[in-house]
Amino acid sequence: MGTGTKQDTKLVTTSEIKSAVVRFAGDSGDGMQLAGTQFTTTSAVIGNDIATLPDYPAEIRAPIGTVAGVSGFQVNFAAESIFTPGDKVNALIAMNPAAFKAHIGDVEPGGVVIVNESEFGKVNLRKAGYEEGYNPLDEGSFDQTYQLVKVPITRLNAEALKDSGLGAKDANRCKNMFALGVVYWLYDRPLDTTIAQIDSFFGKKKNLPEVAKANIASLKSGYYFGETAEVFPVRFHVAKAAIAPGKYRKITGNEAVAMGLVTAAKLAGKDVCYCSYPITPASSVLHALAGMRNFGVKTFQAEDEIAAVCSAIGASFAGQLGVTGTSGPGLALKSEAIGLAVMTELPLIVVNVQRGGPATGLPTKTEQSDLLQAMFGRNGECPVVLVAAQSPGDCFDITIEAVRIALQHRVPVIILTDGYLGNGSEPWRIPDPDSFEKIEVQHPKDPEQFQAYARDENLVRPWALPGTPGLEHRLGGLEKQHLTGNVNYEPANHQLMMEVRKQKVERVAKVIPPIEPYGDASGDLLVLGWGGTHGSIFTAVENARKAGKNVSGAHLRHLNPMPSNLGDLLKNFKRVLIPELNLGQLRLLIRGKFLVDARGLNKVQGRPFLVEEITQAIDLMLDDEFGDREYLRPHDGVVRLEDQDYDFTSIDGRSG
Amino acid sequence: MPELPVLTVKDFASDQDIRWCPGCGDYAIVNQVKKMLAKTGAKRENTVFVAGIGCSSRFPYYMSTYGLHSIHGRAPAFATGIKIANPDLNVWVVTGDGDGLSIGGNHLMHILRRNVNVKILLFNNRIYGLTKGQYSPTSETGKKSPSTPMGSIDLPLTPLSVALAAEASFVARCVDVDKNLAEVLARAEAHRGSAFVEIYQDCNVFNHGAFKHATAKDVKEDNIIRLEHGKPLIFGKERNKGIRLTGDYKPEVVELGKACKEDDLIFHDEDDEKLAFMLSRMQHPEFPEPMGVYYAVKDDCYEDLLTLQVTDAIEQRGEGSLEKLFNMGDVYDVE
Repeated sequence: MGTGTKQDTKLVTTSEIKSAVVRFAGDSGDGMQLAGTQFTTTSAVIGNDIATLPDYPAEIRAPIGTVAGVSGFQVNFAAESIFTPGDKVNALIAMNPAAFKAHIGDVEPGGVVIVNESEFGKVNLRKAGYEEGYNPLDEGSFDQTYQLVKVPITRLNAEALKDSGLGAKDANRCKNMFALGVVYWLYDRPLDTTIAQIDSFFGKKKNLPEVAKANIASLKSGYYFGETAEVFPVRFHVAKAAIAPGKYRKITGNEAVAMGLVTAAKLAGKDVCYCSYPITPASSVLHALAGMRNFGVKTFQAEDEIAAVCSAIGASFAGQLGVTGTSGPGLALKSEAIGLAVMTELPLIVVNVQRGGPATGLPTKTEQSDLLQAMFGRNGECPVVLVAAQSPGDCFDITIEAVRIALQHRVPVIILTDGYLGNGSEPWRIPDPDSFEKIEVQHPKDPEQFQAYARDENLVRPWALPGTPGLEHRLGGLEKQHLTGNVNYEPANHQLMMEVRKQKVERVAKVIPPIEPYGDASGDLLVLGWGGTHGSIFTAVENARKAGKNVSGAHLRHLNPMPSNLGDLLKNFKRVLIPELNLGQLRLLIRGKFLVDARGLNKVQGRPFLVEEITQAIDLMLDDEFGDREYLRPHDGVVRLEDQDYDFTSIDGRSG
Repeated sequence: MPELPVLTVKDFASDQDIRWCPGCGDYAIVNQVKKMLAKTGAKRENTVFVAGIGCSSRFPYYMSTYGLHSIHGRAPAFATGIKIANPDLNVWVVTGDGDGLSIGGNHLMHILRRNVNVKILLFNNRIYGLTKGQYSPTSETGKKSPSTPMGSIDLPLTPLSVALAAEASFVARCVDVDKNLAEVLARAEAHRGSAFVEIYQDCNVFNHGAFKHATAKDVKEDNIIRLEHGKPLIFGKERNKGIRLTGDYKPEVVELGKACKEDDLIFHDEDDEKLAFMLSRMQHPEFPEPMGVYYAVKDDCYEDLLTLQVTDAIEQRGEGSLEKLFNMGDVYDVE
């Protein structure tokens, strides 16, 4: 990766590299998410492109020192455009043996591995599950495979803070800043952004100046340690990326959803009523919006998922922007009420930050397995509009689009994001608030000839608000009579109303953009994706094209209705590959709708795709190696034909 | 100023035929509610009836106001959303013993503790009517029904005890065919906050006579107490009986006379939560059942406090600007 080296004033060379993937890993109480976030912000501020992957356990404090309790934060930062948090780790910071054990396998051979040597005692080694008397740091092979750098972080940090006035326990909590300081030095990053944030958080907001001082002291000590201890033979520099000029900030998907809602509400002249029940990984949307009361945002923490969606529908009925946010299990609980919103034809936004399922599943891990639930998971024929964000920043745009559709078409819109998008971050070019098109919403006022279920050319019924004289009407879940909206059980009317609701959603296709492939509009292989896998798929397709392969890609942001040109696009390719973090949900829809022999790459391991996995699937598709297999799956980052058959009776399930 | 048109009872009826069984107690209630609305000068356009599922929950269809016939048990949640979005609306929830206490028990509890300014009418007929006669959470133990041919084995809930335990600010009980229904509805209407009203309602098809003790002309005055704030608990056709506290603070029925004067009785106090709870535990046939307002206190309403947070936030931070919001955090320029 090195493209040139220069001599530092000291006897350390700085290697100029285009990108690097750093992973901070430690116990869930070690502050690794914070260290990673700080590193990301600093990298963004100095002009790198960034992509992150936080990875933390479902338990707030899993047993200390165990592999189950390891929390990781991966950041990819680059002098070029990047779309994923990176496949292989170039530098790992392991704060204890469990973190080392859990993550060492992802480090590229020759990569830097910084371990907190202080924590590699007998007890921690045992907690990490290493055999009695074994210490991996003594193993010669690790030393040869990686650049293993042993730093007694806990001890050095304690020494650095011995005069800080902080107790030993509090001082020890600063050791993540020491580690961060070391990594800042290794990658030649400035400390000022982090120092300013420590000052503002601990110093000003929490009024704990001594804690702020200690954290800064730890950070600096780590940095100076890197500089003076000469344990690193080389340090790295990643230049600014050639990003389009403008003002930027870092954004996570969940922040983007919150800001998108507030923006859309302003454009529509409505207040956001965000009704939600806390659930991982969607809660931070609620937290963000709760802090935006001065935008007229009303957040309501309901007693359960059902009350959340019902109160959101109530808010819509009363004329505001009713929104509920959740993750998969919550969406399951909301399904009956979403059906009511379909029947009453009221606007409703449902944000589903997907996580690993079924049941409680993998609460903190990412997956795309709610597509069919969102599409069909209700009683009766119950069509809703379905959109999916493709990157953290896109969560902003797709949310505005979703609100526009919901308000103007009086239909529930489910926004699918996922844990990876929701918690992951990327640089976000700050838009001009005046650049958005207003969202025009009409409410009837004239009682003359008012009918609650009369329709316009898009089959949209009037949204008459309580409080308007003369327009009093009753909505409900019983079948409605065409035009009047009265309860009606007649056979022909039910058929008509079912078709109307279906057609109404299909007509939304008129207002969504056509799908635009990247690469050629026809060829040997189209890689079709949706949602949060965009970065990995896009990168793999671009790499394949650079290597001269006849491959194009296309990404769906609208899943119901789908863009009207999708059928034609699919027909222009000999083969279609659909990589998904589920067992083939979009594939089922595409096969059913377009009669296309699409094949899948399907991964349900709680983690995003590696670019390499998609690259391998592309090659196998182009070589027609899939045979009769409808889909392939990666194992340990590799897609191999011989790995595809499970032996469900053997201990590890893997064949061959 | 032009004279405002005065709405009559008829003005609150929708154009839909009422489809409750002939003789159902719901007819009396819907009529009393319309009367109350006309009397209090309610505006149709500002009134919203929200219901869940069940016989009682068809209520909104029969009113000429705004209405939402929602999903089973969830009416309080819809009503909360409506009040959050538009606190000016006059919102009524109509529910039943199954809808409100079984499938929707959770929501009932939470709307009460939040004190959302919504009036809740729980039609208690102690049976599932719409699904044809299964026992309900208020059916007496031993109830024989299609789903409990050998008799139900679970204890019933007492709706008013539940409401009081859920921190309700207004709790009352009345009977579908009794004059006190109108009085209680008027009191509920005037209360600012969650008002919980249990209405004894006769399901003449599946549970006829469940409240005979409280409705039959010859016996009812011996079986109920009409509560009046500040007045002693006296009851009986001859108004010769009362409720007194025993030495260990338990209620007992006493005959008024030489041995027991009016002043020895319990005096009703609508501000007294403990008294209200004690009254809610008094059940037929051991005790006369209290009718009227058990408990009524003033408290802040959820939607008012929420709106206040919005105005406070605007006052403190200024009206939200997207420009500022987008530029929060570490912003950097790329040239």
